[in-house]
Amino acid sequence: MSSLWEYANPRKFMATSAFLLPWTAGIAALCLVTGLVWGFFFTPDDFRQGSTVKIIYVHVPAAIMAVNAWFMMLVTSIIWVIRRHHVSVLAAKAAAPVGVVFTVIALATGALWGQPMWGTWWEWDPRLTSFLILFLFYLGYMALWEAIENPDSAADLTSVLCLVGSVFAVISRYALLFWNQGLHQGATLSLDAEQNISNVYWYPLVITLAGFGFLFIALVLYRTRTEIRARRLKALIAQERMA
Amino acid sequence: MIGLLKRDLTLAIRAGGGFGLSLAFFLIFTTLVPFGVGPQTQILAEIAPGILWLGALLACLLSLDRIFQLDWEDGTLDLVATSPVPLEGLAAMKALAHWITTGLPLVAAAPVLGLLLNLPGAAYPWLVASLALGTPALSAIGTFGAALTVGIKRGGLLLSLLVLPLYMPTLIFGALCVSRATEGQDAATPLVLVAGITAGSLALLPFAAAAALRVNLR
Amino acid sequence: MMPDLGTYAVPVLSSYAVSLGLLIAVVAASIWKARRVRARLEEVETRRGRS
Repeated sequence: MSSLWEYANPRKFMATSAFLLPWTAGIAALCLVTGLVWGFFFTPDDFRQGSTVKIIYVHVPAAIMAVNAWFMMLVTSIIWVIRRHHVSVLAAKAAAPVGVVFTVIALATGALWGQPMWGTWWEWDPRLTSFLILFLFYLGYMALWEAIENPDSAADLTSVLCLVGSVFAVISRYALLFWNQGLHQGATLSLDAEQNISNVYWYPLVITLAGFGFLFIALVLYRTRTEIRARRLKALIAQERMA
Repeated sequence: MIGLLKRDLTLAIRAGGGFGLSLAFFLIFTTLVPFGVGPQTQILAEIAPGILWLGALLACLLSLDRIFQLDWEDGTLDLVATSPVPLEGLAAMKALAHWITTGLPLVAAAPVLGLLLNLPGAAYPWLVASLALGTPALSAIGTFGAALTVGIKRGGLLLSLLVLPLYMPTLIFGALCVSRATEGQDAATPLVLVAGITAGSLALLPFAAAAALRVNLR
Repeated sequence: MMPDLGTYAVPVLSSYAVSLGLLIAVVAASIWKARRVRARLEEVETRRGRS
């Protein structure tokens, strides 16, 4: 069994990810198609929310993965800071745009859902606002990557930003709860069944959730491969200039 | 380290602009608000806490990119890095100097500008207290942001993109403290939370700023 | 085959459209960038291989 640290070798990572990529992408496509078709065509309307309940199959998985993507970036950044694991920080860089897209999906579908249900596109509700802040954090992280020439410095600085940003994102989350009580319902997917949604909605939701999760993994693997190639390209061009 | 602080303060005073500029910005910002919102005293009193906090925050932001930029350009930063003074200490002193040159004047000016915006009387002590406790956090966070972007040419815009989301909790609690005081509600809880954020930022962010400086000086 | 979406057809359909559109966009952007980087890398590698 190989350990995580072996994948600091890009060659090793390229080999493993080339093997994993079709599988994860395939599972992602399968889950997304199954879950979304099931959710869209074969679930009943909610008695209060009507057919808008179908939005849940894109809104909730996107929101969950948007937060998890940041969490993954935090973990990979820590691994880079502690162990100088080169692939790890490239994975964080690769994950950021995917996280942004998930955040935008969550915000956009939330607005489209909120308009008929709450009568407003946007409400300064803690959860909505924290997603907006998450979006800003993603933007700052990506902008910092773009702004710095030296790849190692960029990796270090963005990792430090990711660490500090995570702390402040958590503080913001609780500050917002303190600031304004929201319209959002409580946890939909908590494991204690008290306020869980019924099974009719639950199964397709879990499948789409898996679909978004695997899509994220596949995209990160794929984009990390691109980043590794880009890094090699940059190194080769630099060598040519020196020669 | 005290020497560094003294040097920064002297530079700020002699070169001018350090004290005056952000204060003038704060004044202009607050003067512009009634033009945008309208002169009704009722509305102004209602939004005054938020406007004052926002103005103080933006005024802080304005002077952030100068914290390290000049020292970076003329090589002072490299000299300090090779001296026995730890970079953490340098970052803390820079934050302190920034606070003394911007934060403190803002705190002193805020009640006067509160008058302009018709802030209710009961809120003044809370305004001063929340700004006095909150602006050190703004300086510390800003120093961290400045340390991250010191190596980047024209990093000013990027700096604000990075720093503004980090300012969010401080702004929320600070403005909430003052607005609660205007409505006669309990203002002590947000004040304590502002103080908590400040204490946390002061304790931790100099280390993050020093880490960023080390990377940039490599 | 189309389920009856009632009065909420517009929000439901547009949120699916937005989500799928964005997902496809990010996948397409990833693939496009991957191809470009790969092509340039191969170009540089063959050039270096010859010289």
